[in-house]
Amino acid sequence: MDCNRREFIKVTGTGVLGLSLLQLGVDITPVQAYTATLKTTGTKEIVTVCPFCSVSCHIVASVRNGKLISTEGDPEYPINEGALCAKGAALFTMTLDNRLQKPMYRAAGATRWVEKSWEWTLEQIADRVKKVRDKDLILKNDKGQTVNRLESMFFIGTSHADNEECAIAHQMSRGLGIVHIDHQART
Amino acid sequence: MTNHWVDLKNADAFLIMGSNAAEHHPISFKWVMQAKEKGAVVIHVDPKFSRTSARSSFHVPLRSGTDIAFLGGMIKYIVEKEKYFKDYVVEYTNASFIVNKDFSFNDGLFSGFDSQARKYDTKTWSFEMDETGVPKKDKTLQDPHCVFQLMKNHYSRYTPEKVSAITGVSPENLLKVYDAYSATGVGTKAGTVMYALGWTQHTVGVQNIRAACMVQLLLGNIGIPGGGVNALRGEPNVQGSTDHALLYNSIPGYLGTPVADWQTIADYNKANTPVSKDPKSANWWQNKPKYLASLLKGWYGEKATADNDFCYGLLPKVENGVDYSYMYLFDRMLQGKMRGGFIFGLNPMNSLANSNKARAAMDKLDWVVVSELHHSETTDNWRRPGVDSKKIKTEYFLLPSAHRIEKEGTVTNSGRWTLWHHKAIEPMGQAKPFGFMLVGLMNILRNKYLKQGGALPEALTHQDWPKTYVPEDWTKRINGFFLTDAKFGGKEYKKGQLVPTFGALAADGSTSSLCWVYTGSFTEEEGNKTKRRDAKQTPMQEKIGLFPNWAWCWPVNRRIIYNRASVDPTGKPWNPDKALIAWQDGKWVGDVPDGPWPPMADKDGKYPFIMQSMGFGALFGPGRVDGPFPEHYEPVETPVTSHPFSAQLSSPMYKSVSSELDKLAKPGDPAYPIVLTTYSLTEHWCGGGETRNVPNLLEAEPGLYVEMSQELAKEKGIQNGDGVIVENVRGRVEAIAMVTVRIRPFTVQGKTVHLIGMPFCYGWTTHKCGDATNRLTPSVADPNTTIYELKACLVNVQKAEKLTEIV
Repeated sequence: MDCNRREFIKVTGTGVLGLSLLQLGVDITPVQAYTATLKTTGTKEIVTVCPFCSVSCHIVASVRNGKLISTEGDPEYPINEGALCAKGAALFTMTLDNRLQKPMYRAAGATRWVEKSWEWTLEQIADRVKKVRDKDLILKNDKGQTVNRLESMFFIGTSHADNEECAIAHQMSRGLGIVHIDHQART
Repeated sequence: MTNHWVDLKNADAFLIMGSNAAEHHPISFKWVMQAKEKGAVVIHVDPKFSRTSARSSFHVPLRSGTDIAFLGGMIKYIVEKEKYFKDYVVEYTNASFIVNKDFSFNDGLFSGFDSQARKYDTKTWSFEMDETGVPKKDKTLQDPHCVFQLMKNHYSRYTPEKVSAITGVSPENLLKVYDAYSATGVGTKAGTVMYALGWTQHTVGVQNIRAACMVQLLLGNIGIPGGGVNALRGEPNVQGSTDHALLYNSIPGYLGTPVADWQTIADYNKANTPVSKDPKSANWWQNKPKYLASLLKGWYGEKATADNDFCYGLLPKVENGVDYSYMYLFDRMLQGKMRGGFIFGLNPMNSLANSNKARAAMDKLDWVVVSELHHSETTDNWRRPGVDSKKIKTEYFLLPSAHRIEKEGTVTNSGRWTLWHHKAIEPMGQAKPFGFMLVGLMNILRNKYLKQGGALPEALTHQDWPKTYVPEDWTKRINGFFLTDAKFGGKEYKKGQLVPTFGALAADGSTSSLCWVYTGSFTEEEGNKTKRRDAKQTPMQEKIGLFPNWAWCWPVNRRIIYNRASVDPTGKPWNPDKALIAWQDGKWVGDVPDGPWPPMADKDGKYPFIMQSMGFGALFGPGRVDGPFPEHYEPVETPVTSHPFSAQLSSPMYKSVSSELDKLAKPGDPAYPIVLTTYSLTEHWCGGGETRNVPNLLEAEPGLYVEMSQELAKEKGIQNGDGVIVENVRGRVEAIAMVTVRIRPFTVQGKTVHLIGMPFCYGWTTHKCGDATNRLTPSVADPNTTIYELKACLVNVQKAEKLTEIV
């Protein structure tokens, strides 16, 4: 029969429950043994999208008790049909190593990072933003036209953001009066 | 992409140029291979032999930066050998339009050039109109001032001999490509163009793509299955981030950024809304005022009223002609004009041109907020090699960001499919989504302005912001709402309900949408369509792999744009075997057509190119700043001092900046005779800040190398595996020599020109893997987009005595 690995697992899953052995038309014993040892047994499957190039391959994440057990290409997604490149295939390990896990601050002239809370960090950033904006916002240009722009602050990034986050970044930037806006679309 | 990934399987010919798709969009290649198995010809034109070349029917090496010469030769071939698809060219392109009699082209320059200002006055780049205001046409294409004849004349100079002399491609190879690809100009065959940064990152980047559009229009390859001009977008959501305009020059939905001269919404609409007097032209952008008003209502909510111009006056207005992109931003930063800013999810200290300058510029900031997954060359610029951290006065705030798998929301793939990704696990540690950070920051700021006042507080306090970040609420805001009870399409909607399609958006403030192209993605009737996982297709759709029920695609779930060009004027598909749309029994079947109107020949029919104000595909393209026809100009740093097409060596309009760190080698500079091109790797993403932190990917591609020909290696006394120094007027980079047959010397104007290639993903924060290749690339850019010329510059190479950046 024509079926991919994930459907195979689904079908054999029902087979284990004794519902539909005939669907396979093969000796089920070795398959049962394999199914019983699958590391994804009992996991919840959640579909995510590869975080790299814009093919946007779909990836099935298997999660048990909030812990990521494995990731594999989504066989049902019409574009990647379960296949992944080296980067997509490495998604699982991406969630393990070397990640930044706390907000940090490096003071002027300091030689190291200091961990900070989110509350402190956002408050401090807001303070810097407001000071610059209140001082530098240009309300009128040389011709006397209203321009409401803040040339001395910038926002760059990111194609890593979701559409929802891009909408937020744009709304925020224009609200502040920022005109130096750019991101990876220009590189 | 005009088309989409699965659609690649419908092509009969591929022109892959400026892209190494097999390595950089690996999964795309599975669809290329499917087409090849069915007999398609796959052509790879690229300086280097790569895995794309290995899987192609043939590889044609080309000197980096000479694509327009190559394509100009193809246009000449198609026109002179009459390989074009005549019905399409006559009916659907502006080939027949009569151009302003004062338009001219002389020795590399179009009419209207002001050499002082380095700028064109484009008023002669226009069409003759008849008494009703409709373009005059000569459908016989014989009028000497019609587009077709001007184009024919323009490219008559691009003979195989001249093209060969400058590109380094043999005349036999040129003709092999021209012949194979132009075989698609018959109506029943499809040819597709796949390109990436190898085309955009040149001072003639936009014109590279224009040239491809011309080839595709001549062959009737736009709007059809297996056709199109397909940008293989390299970044994770760069289609979406462009739609939502994280760019200085536009606001969401491809609307121009307000400039100072447009003080009111009426000024804006007058300057930006195109007018067509031709009743058969849909002129879709005539709807722009509806999209702007809906965007402003989305931003400012109830504070935006017709009486206050929907708060348009609060928006920042840029100065006309002033560029606020990266290149100028970092130049102003180096000059001390920038005080602080945000760098979210990118690594400009590695990925921008002239990294030495970018790194020095960042030291001039008072403060910077960086959000990342890992430490990168940007987050830790203050402690980079060779600087005394104690002297760097910039405050750094580092915000740990959540990974894609740790959050939910939508991304848009290169084929414009908008896809929901679910949150699988909680963010690691205290990492958070960007949305959390920005919504949180805005709420603090808005409170401060409400309590303390400050400069123009209402620009922030009038905006409509939620208290917390809930992604799907923003998916709805992007789609848009009815803000009053309304009737649309025979159906009643209540205030606060979702707008079903952008046809329902209004200019009177009765609707909102944060990006009109996404309207219809989330509806009352069908919910969040970006979550759809339904592979159901009609037999007609299945034949071409359209998948209209999988997720949702902008605009209005149209999977291939300009699809009215896939049928003849009566609505019959040019290629019935791969029909995209067809007019049957008084209605369209197949894809969502480009507008509801009947076929073009009907009295109520419209021309297919609905986003062009006149409705026709633009062989003559007056909208670009550097000319209506692509013309070959050399890269700014070029190994030659002349070329065969004109005395104008490089683009007359390329953009540049002039700090002391922006040195350029002179043309044909004997100190730097070698062309450098740069590229990505399958295993690393962009500047590498993320993937170098993934041990298995770093193990697969552990360090910086330079690919060079055996001939160059011999000339320089370099062995495979030797440490080498690559240097030029801007920088010095250490790398390991990879001596290979994949790169061959070019013969250009009778002389040998060597080209080398380097990845740009390595940086000093990963132990001894090498540092930024972009320390070598120049701050010069395309005049339309200000995209840097990263793909061609001049260097020299020598064996290293000792390496310090790599072990």
